[in-house]
Amino acid sequence: MNQQFYDVIVVGGGPAGLAAALKAKETGAEKVLILERDRELGGILNQCIHNGFGLHHFKEELTGPEYAGRFIAQLEGTGIEVKLDTMVLEVTRDRKVAAVNRTDGYQVYEAGAIVLAMGCRERTRGAIGIPGTRPAGVFTAGTAQRYVNMEGYMVGRRVLILGSGDIGLIMARRMTLEGAKVLACVEVMPYSGGLNRNIVQCLQDYDIPLYLSHTIVDIRGKDRVEKAIVAKVDENRRPIPGTEMEFDCDTILLSVGLIPENELTRNAGIEIDRRTNGAVVCENMETQTPGIFACGNVVHVHDLVDYVTAESQRAGAAAARFAMGSPSSGDALELFSGEGVGYTVPQRLRLDAIDKSVEVFFRVRAVYRNVEIVAESGGVKLAGYKREHMAPGEMEHIALPKVLLQRAEGPITISIREAVK
Amino acid sequence: MKELICIVCPKGCHLKVDEQNGYTVTGNSCPRGAEYGKIELTNPTRVITSTVAVQGGAHPRCPVKTSKPIPKELIFEAMKTLDDLVLDAPIRLGQVVVKDVCGTGADFVAARSL
Repeated sequence: MNQQFYDVIVVGGGPAGLAAALKAKETGAEKVLILERDRELGGILNQCIHNGFGLHHFKEELTGPEYAGRFIAQLEGTGIEVKLDTMVLEVTRDRKVAAVNRTDGYQVYEAGAIVLAMGCRERTRGAIGIPGTRPAGVFTAGTAQRYVNMEGYMVGRRVLILGSGDIGLIMARRMTLEGAKVLACVEVMPYSGGLNRNIVQCLQDYDIPLYLSHTIVDIRGKDRVEKAIVAKVDENRRPIPGTEMEFDCDTILLSVGLIPENELTRNAGIEIDRRTNGAVVCENMETQTPGIFACGNVVHVHDLVDYVTAESQRAGAAAARFAMGSPSSGDALELFSGEGVGYTVPQRLRLDAIDKSVEVFFRVRAVYRNVEIVAESGGVKLAGYKREHMAPGEMEHIALPKVLLQRAEGPITISIREAVK
Repeated sequence: MKELICIVCPKGCHLKVDEQNGYTVTGNSCPRGAEYGKIELTNPTRVITSTVAVQGGAHPRCPVKTSKPIPKELIFEAMKTLDDLVLDAPIRLGQVVVKDVCGTGADFVAARSL
């Protein structure tokens, strides 16, 4: 068996992997390798042809391919090795990576540190159990996006969208521009799962109705979708009889959530947070297995690639430092999710490894107005951050200063409270 | 007074625009929001992204975008200019695909090299 050593091996060449690899190299890792299963780098950004990427990172509005293109261009001259069409089969706790491709065959690489950047996958019809027949014409929104934007196939003419995640909203506009009739977007929750700006520029701009607290209760059609039956749901998300509406459609696009793709992580025995479906990470994006880091949508699903980039740069820098012999250590403080908070990333903080402050990302469980994000420990409030508006579809973040963290006695809880007037 | 959600950035500020008083904007957290609020009620514009057919490239479609925002009412007309176009690879990032789309002064440009 052929064994080769790299200081940092990055699994996945999407936005997370690219940023992590570049930062690892910049931090001083000598040999850096990106393993990518697709035939090109850039990941999901290649099919996200709409604009709105890069406002934070590049201070300008780019399309997905442009955003990816800038990072791919930065690889040139860095000496970072890239293997495309390469499937990673296994990652082990002692930092070996088994991969296979047509040129090299089966290889086992040894790494000083590993960065997991495999991204996420879409939830499917099977995952949410929509009743009805099984005709052609039911796609996940991202699959349809790839067909339309990269392969050049039009997936349908009369479209109903289930779920109001950002990809569904983006595809509502995209299908309309390509000449399809998008009948409606149907969301089971009483609020949208996507960004407000996408409701405005993808639905309202094209007069596409959004039915909140509604879901599909039946799909009809033999060979191809012919009809979808939509009903209102009660507060327990159960369909209310008598509220059914019929839509004559040939296509249903599902935008019903994303799941971090963590088969490699699980098989390596790395601790997973069941709320995020991603690895439990520390302040520097290190998993609970030393020397193995994770970043981007494989850790938790982001709304903005700019935040993926920032998070992945932290992971890449920390991976390089680990590989060069200076791992982070020290006692870890647990971060708990209190009232109204779905999860936090990171979940653990090692004070010794924090410079001035640490950014904590999370999602809230409901829509809130005029509230305060409170960080407390042992019943003592450490910090409060006021917010006028928060929604589950929009990732929140706060910066916790180290000086405040040092006052914590035991775990820190982040929760949402009514704002004190 | 008209209420809008700003689409300039993902923050999605809740804007209030006073049409009676020179389209003054409140609720914005940056100057771009103030500009958006005014333009949205006077001459709304959007950047349009789409794809065009390609021969001889790694993919059969190349993503394109307008080089600047164009008036909203011209969106579908602008889309038509891409319909019968077939580009030959190689294509370089930023290459002009359609010049002066519908007299707007904006060009459709390639959003990647292919």
